Amino acid sequence: MTEAPNLTPEIAIQNLIQTEDLGLRYYAAWWLGKFRVNTPEAISALLLGLDDNRDIAPDGGYPLRRNSAKALGKLGNAEAVLPLINALDCEDYYVRESAAQSLEMLGDKRAISPLSALLQPAIQDDQLTAYGTDTVADKPHLYQPYEAILEALGTLQAKNEVNLLKPFLKHPVPKVSYGAHRALYQLTGDNIYGEKLVEALQGKELQLRRSALMDLGAMGYVKGATAIASAYAENSLKLIAMKGLLEHQINFDQQTNQSLSHDTIMIMDLMDSLL
Amino acid sequence: MSNIDELIKGVNEADSAQKLFLAVSKLAQAKSPQAIPTLIEVLGFNNPGAAVSATEGLISLGESAVTPLLANIDDYNYGARAWMIRVFAGIGDPRALPLLIKASISDFSLSVRRAAAKGLGSLQWHKLPLSEREGAEKQVLDTLFTTIDDGEWVVRYASIVSLENLYKTINNSEWQEEIEQKLHTISKKDQEIALQCRASKALEFLHKTE
Repeated sequence: MTEAPNLTPEIAIQNLIQTEDLGLRYYAAWWLGKFRVNTPEAISALLLGLDDNRDIAPDGGYPLRRNSAKALGKLGNAEAVLPLINALDCEDYYVRESAAQSLEMLGDKRAISPLSALLQPAIQDDQLTAYGTDTVADKPHLYQPYEAILEALGTLQAKNEVNLLKPFLKHPVPKVSYGAHRALYQLTGDNIYGEKLVEALQGKELQLRRSALMDLGAMGYVKGATAIASAYAENSLKLIAMKGLLEHQINFDQQTNQSLSHDTIMIMDLMDSLL
Repeated sequence: MSNIDELIKGVNEADSAQKLFLAVSKLAQAKSPQAIPTLIEVLGFNNPGAAVSATEGLISLGESAVTPLLANIDDYNYGARAWMIRVFAGIGDPRALPLLIKASISDFSLSVRRAAAKGLGSLQWHKLPLSEREGAEKQVLDTLFTTIDDGEWVVRYASIVSLENLYKTINNSEWQEEIEQKLHTISKKDQEIALQCRASKALEFLHKTE
């Protein structure tokens, strides 16, 4: 069993490059992302990790690839974009999911068409197919990480893919449907999508309320501020969502040459009340 | 049996998380000092929904809850202690000052550090003898100047709010100047734009009140 060691960037990179101790490699990949070690050596080591064939989980997946993909998203280096696009074809669902999330973070438009391609088989005649809605036999997940893909396409401003995304609004898995609402709001600015997520804040399941909160925060839906502040969930999460709104509003204020607009102050007053 | 006894019985007899939450909410809303021991006990139940209600109930009871809380600090139940710190922060009784200082700097949970840092800015200073007040204010100022460098944005956010509140309550112009300088630095240099903005709002407020 590998102990969690006290690492430095140099040791973490060495640990990741060596091939004897799989536990050390797995931990090092996570550590480099967590501490944002954004050096060329770290990137090369993580790119090696993204191609790893040794570390195989009981479910047949690739734990080191998953961690490497996640870390590469946090490091913000464009060199990782093409390898992560390749990782979208990996047979491990969780590697594909991590790659989609990291491509969202890297914000590179080259990811739009490969991400969209993963959605195509889920749609026929503007309706979701069984492939789009069924879970994989004996697995707890769908065929593709749709939530992550939809969110990435929204963030990457994939404006030409609106029609491809729309059928997912009605996806039977709520989080996927939320992801579609979030993305379509980001792509169209239509409040109808934001209001659906505000409604979801009233849902019965805590996990889903949390998910809707995070989506509203990520898309900076300022009109939902009061609903977020009074949602039935932990203040910690509400504060994170509100910070998303605040950042969005500050950006808007800067573009319109205002400082401390009415909405900005309203958001901060709500945040103060959640401390 | 009085209404409060019945509500307490409801809490003791709840046999599911949902029932416990409802029973605690009702008891908390009754705002009766008789409910204090039961509400304190609920903080140790590891039921977050019920603990939130109990915390709100204890805060609304204010000062009368402080002595029994201080007598019941549970050093071995982290969850219960964390909720108590939130109650102390909400009530603002200066007797809890040492606890809030310690929690705001060194608790491992960021939400406890956040609540404690917020509480430091809303202490009810008038409850302290004048002779102790200035020393306590300085302690709070020093603590907030530490927590304002916390690695978690939300703890820094709470510290800004508290520095703004502290500025309003103290009469020492030198310390006020220090607070203003600190807020000014944050408004320019914090890595989070949201915090820069909150510090700017605090500064704007300070200038309005001058």
